[in-house]
Amino acid sequence: MTCEEALASLEKSLGEKIQNKTEFRGETTYTIPAANLREIAKFCRDELSFDYLIDITSIDNSSEEPRFEIVYELYSVSLGAHLRLKLRVSEAAGSVDTVSDIWPTANWHEREIYDMMGIKFDGHPDLRRILMWDGYPFFPLRKEFPLEGLPSEVPDVAFTKATPLEGGPFVTRPSTATAKDREPRARPPQL
Amino acid sequence: MPEPRSTAYDSKIESNVIFTRFDAALNWVHKNSLWPMPMGLACCAIELMATAASRFDIARFGAEVMRFSPRQCDVMIVAGTVTYKMALAVKRIYEQMPEPKWVIAMGACASTGGMYRSYAVLQGIDQLLPVDVYVSGCPPRPEALLAGLMKLQEKISGERSFRNQKPELVERFEAALP
Repeated sequence: MTCEEALASLEKSLGEKIQNKTEFRGETTYTIPAANLREIAKFCRDELSFDYLIDITSIDNSSEEPRFEIVYELYSVSLGAHLRLKLRVSEAAGSVDTVSDIWPTANWHEREIYDMMGIKFDGHPDLRRILMWDGYPFFPLRKEFPLEGLPSEVPDVAFTKATPLEGGPFVTRPSTATAKDREPRARPPQL
Repeated sequence: MPEPRSTAYDSKIESNVIFTRFDAALNWVHKNSLWPMPMGLACCAIELMATAASRFDIARFGAEVMRFSPRQCDVMIVAGTVTYKMALAVKRIYEQMPEPKWVIAMGACASTGGMYRSYAVLQGIDQLLPVDVYVSGCPPRPEALLAGLMKLQEKISGERSFRNQKPELVERFEAALP
């Protein structure tokens, strides 16, 4: 089976469930409904030999609805092929099915997404924070969370303070100008 | 009865006696045998290891005995980025070190938070611990850490160690003076 055959077989079996397909420089991305995630994930692993889950990431499109997007990067060792699955989650729903029983590596990836974005994973065996500590009240990678952080305190565990930005944040500006013009400078957002 | 003689000019014991202040002797002992607590948290720890290794050889300054138990340490070298998650653990380890104790903040992160102006990073270990010497650099070269160590030795040699450590003895002694 080649990569093309595998993708054709996927489209034949689950075609009506795929919302969108994009190809860019040989990378295939399917947008799928959150409800069909487990079915499609199992099919990809068992039938199409996508046995390796490289990464799961999440995107916060703050003003759009549904707000969150989750991206699954799959790889097949035998085919040498990549496949990307995307799905959208609204803030109100706030949860997706876990794939940690399909690819065990998803366990920590899902914990990280929960920690940073606050998206829950139904059926996850151990959904605790992984980078921040239990009791930390914020989800730091959400768009409304300020770069300098917010004060918090969990007695005897950890505390946080807002960081003085001293005129920052220090950001670059996309440009074809010289390195001197592109370098990071204090550019507070124009509100 | 033997004639009283000045000690320093007693030819029998002259070369075996040194007159000094008690503090000076104590400080000399302290500063030449600083056992570091290697609080390695990030890339600065790599330079700290290089400082301990043969090319730079921190043993030349009496600080080669890296101890991984805080109970045997004199100086905590905070080498690296102190995250809020780690901050109270660092403080706890510092509190487990016996007095007298000193702290070197090694590198930009330990001193000020460095390039991490972020929700996750403590903006300088001096918010939790009394830092004696700050070493600049990202990470500092081993020579810079050695310079920091020498700075700390200089600082220690000016300390009033006896008064700091045994204030009750000093008080009793001073009360007994005419």
